[in-house]
Amino acid sequence: MVVFGIELSWLAVKLIQIGLFVTVLLVGLAFLLLMDRKIWAAVQMRRGPNVVGAFGLLQSFADFIKFVVKELIIPAGADKVLFILAPILTLVMAFGAWAVVPVAPGWVISNLNLGVLYWLAISSLGVYGIIIGGWASNSKYPFLGALRSSAQMVSYEVSIGFILITVLLLVGSLNMTDIVDAQAGGFWHWHIALLDFSNPKSLLLFPVMFYMFVLFFISALAETNRPPFDLAEAESELVAGYQVEYSSTAYLLFMIGEYLNIVLMCAMTTLLFLGGWHAPIDIGVQFVPPFFWFAIKLVFMFFMFSMVKAIVPRYRYDQLMRLGWKVFLPTSLVAVVLVSGYVVMFGHLAGGG
Amino acid sequence: MLPVIAFYVLSATAVGAAFMVIAARNPVHSVMYLITTFFAAAGLFVLMGAEFLALLLIMVYVGAVAVLFMFVVMMLDVDFVEMKRGALQHAPMGIVVGGVLLTEMILVGAASLTQSDGGVKFPEDGTSNLEAIGNVLYTDYAFFFEGVGLVLLVAMIGAIVLTLRRRDGVKRQDIAKQIARTREGGVELVDVVSGEGIGS
Amino acid sequence: MTRIVQFIKAAFFLEFIKAFFLAMKYFFAPKATINYPFEKGPLSPRFRGEHALRRYPNGEERCIACKLCEAICPAQAIVIEAEPREDGSRRTTRYDIDMTKCIYCGLCQEACPVDAIVEGPNFEYATETREELFYDKDRLLANGDRWEREIAMNLKKDAPYR
Repeated sequence: MVVFGIELSWLAVKLIQIGLFVTVLLVGLAFLLLMDRKIWAAVQMRRGPNVVGAFGLLQSFADFIKFVVKELIIPAGADKVLFILAPILTLVMAFGAWAVVPVAPGWVISNLNLGVLYWLAISSLGVYGIIIGGWASNSKYPFLGALRSSAQMVSYEVSIGFILITVLLLVGSLNMTDIVDAQAGGFWHWHIALLDFSNPKSLLLFPVMFYMFVLFFISALAETNRPPFDLAEAESELVAGYQVEYSSTAYLLFMIGEYLNIVLMCAMTTLLFLGGWHAPIDIGVQFVPPFFWFAIKLVFMFFMFSMVKAIVPRYRYDQLMRLGWKVFLPTSLVAVVLVSGYVVMFGHLAGGG
Repeated sequence: MLPVIAFYVLSATAVGAAFMVIAARNPVHSVMYLITTFFAAAGLFVLMGAEFLALLLIMVYVGAVAVLFMFVVMMLDVDFVEMKRGALQHAPMGIVVGGVLLTEMILVGAASLTQSDGGVKFPEDGTSNLEAIGNVLYTDYAFFFEGVGLVLLVAMIGAIVLTLRRRDGVKRQDIAKQIARTREGGVELVDVVSGEGIGS
Repeated sequence: MTRIVQFIKAAFFLEFIKAFFLAMKYFFAPKATINYPFEKGPLSPRFRGEHALRRYPNGEERCIACKLCEAICPAQAIVIEAEPREDGSRRTTRYDIDMTKCIYCGLCQEACPVDAIVEGPNFEYATETREELFYDKDRLLANGDRWEREIAMNLKKDAPYR
C-alpha cells in the first residue's frame, strides 16, 4: 500500500527499527549511568549505589521514577514555552544524531551518504537546548552557566571538525559505514593504530592519527561538558550551570540528553578510530557477532570517560579556552595539512581515488 | 505528491517565520524564528537534492552564526520598543534598500525561469553533490574561492588586532614554565639553627 | 633539559598513564566505606543520639521534674510542666523536646541528678514530617523502654570515667 508516495510496509519496518533502537539505547544508558557512578565510586574507594536491585543494578530506574514523580517547578517570570522546549530540544537532538550511527553491518537507521556531516550539524544544534534553557529560566546563574557551556561547546566543535576531516581524508567518504569498512582487517588498520607493516608508507600516518585520536577524545570530553571540562556545572563548586532552575522530568530530559551525547561521543570514537564493529584480529574470532565488538569498544570508551572524570582535576575556564583555540585548533589544522599531503602523494587508505 | 506537500509546508514555514522575525516583540524569540527560517530553507535544499548545502546551512548558520546572534541578543538586553520609536525617520533609506533587494530577486527569479534547465544543475555522471560542489569550487572558481578565504582571514586578523591589548604589569600564566618546574628548582631544605632563624 | 624530559613525558602521556594505573590500584583496593544500612560502624558509649526518659527497674519513672535540664538547655528545646501526683510525689505532666531545636550537646544528660533524661545510641529516627520530631513525654518514655538495655550498658561502661 502506498500513501503519499511512501510504502507503508517500509514505514512500519523503519518505525519498528527506530523503536527498538531507542529502547535498547535507553536501557543501555541506564546501566552505563550506573557504571559511571560505580567506577567513580570505586576509584574513590566508595561502594557506589548498591541497594536497589542486586549490586544496585536497578538504581537508574529508581532514579527515573523519582524524577518523574517530582514536581515540575517553572520559575516566575520564566519564558514558559522556551523553558519547556529547551530540555525537549536537547533530548531530540541527542536521539536524532544516533540515526546515522551504524552498530553492525547494515544495522543503521539511515545510511546517509553525508552521515558525518549530519552528525556534526545535529550536534551543533545541541547547544540550543543549553542556551535556551539558561535564558528561559529568567535567572542570572543559569544564564551565565549557559553562556559558559555553549561557548565551550562551540569552541571545541571547531577542533572536532578538523579532526573529522583528517579521518574523512583518509577514507574518502562521509558515509559512516564506509568509514568503518575502511578499517576492516585487524587492529593495524584502525585509525588509532595504523601499524600496517605490509604497507610501510602508511606508517607515516601513525603518529598523526594517534594524536588525532587523543585530541578527539579530549575534545569529546569538552564538547559534552564532562569533567575535567565541566566548568559550567561543576557539581562540587557551582550548582548546576544552566540547569539550576530545572527540576523533575525537565531535568531528567536534560540529563538523559547529556548522557546520550556522551555515549554518542563514545560511539563516534569507536566508529572513527577504533574500527567500529570489526574485530581486532580477523582470524579465529568470526563466531563473535559484529555488534558485540562495537558494544565492547563503546563500553571501553565510556570506561575511559569515567576514569578521566575520576583522575583528572578540573580545568580553569581560561585554560580551557586556551587549550581549545591555541593548542587543539593549530594542531588539528597541521594534521589536516599532513594527512591531505599524504593523500595527495599516496592516495586514500581505502584505495579510492 | 509528498515532495509537493513538503515544499508548500516548508515554504509557508519559511515565509511565516521570516515575518515573525521582524514581528516578534522579544528579540530572543526573533532569533528563534530566524532559526526556524534556516531550518525550513535547509528542508527546501534537501527537496532540491542538495543535501550537502542543507547540512552546511544548518551547521554554519544555525550551529554557529545564530548562536552568536543569540549571545549578543541575550547579553545586550535590547529594548526594541524604544528602538522602534525613531524608526520612521529611517523609512526612506529602508525603502531604497528594500526596493533594490526586491528588484534583484525579481531579476534572479525571471532569469532562472527563462533558462531552459530551470537554473538548477544536477551532476549527470552520478557523482554526489559533495563531489560536484568540490569540483566546481576547486577548479572553475578556485581563485574566487581562495579570494573569499583570504578576505575571511583578513577579517579575522583584523578583529584580533582590534581587540588584542597587551597590558603591562599583569601577571600571566606560562603553562610550559609551570609544568617544567621541578622539586630541585622550587624547594630548598635549610637546617635552621634554633633561635637564629633562616636569616636573610 | 627538564623541558625535553617534560616534552617526552607529555608526548607519551606518561603522567596520564601513571594516574590511570594509580586509579586502578585504588579501583581494586578494599572499600573504605561500609555497606551502611546493613553494616554499621562502632559507637562510643558516650555517643549522643536520640533522647530517652528512663525508668527505675520497678517501673517508676525517674524524672522528678527538677527542671534542671530545661534550665541548662542552650537551645531551649525542652519544655517541662509539673504537678504533684495523687501519691504526693512530684512528677512531670508534660515533658516535650523539640528535636529540630536540639543541638545534641548532652548538657541535659549531664544536668540530670537521677539519670532520667539520657541521649541514647539511636541515630536513625528520620521522619517524613516535621511534627513527628516534636517529642512528648510518652514518646520519650517509650524510647527509654525500648533502649533501656543499651543505655544501661553504656552508662555502666562510662561510669569509671565520671
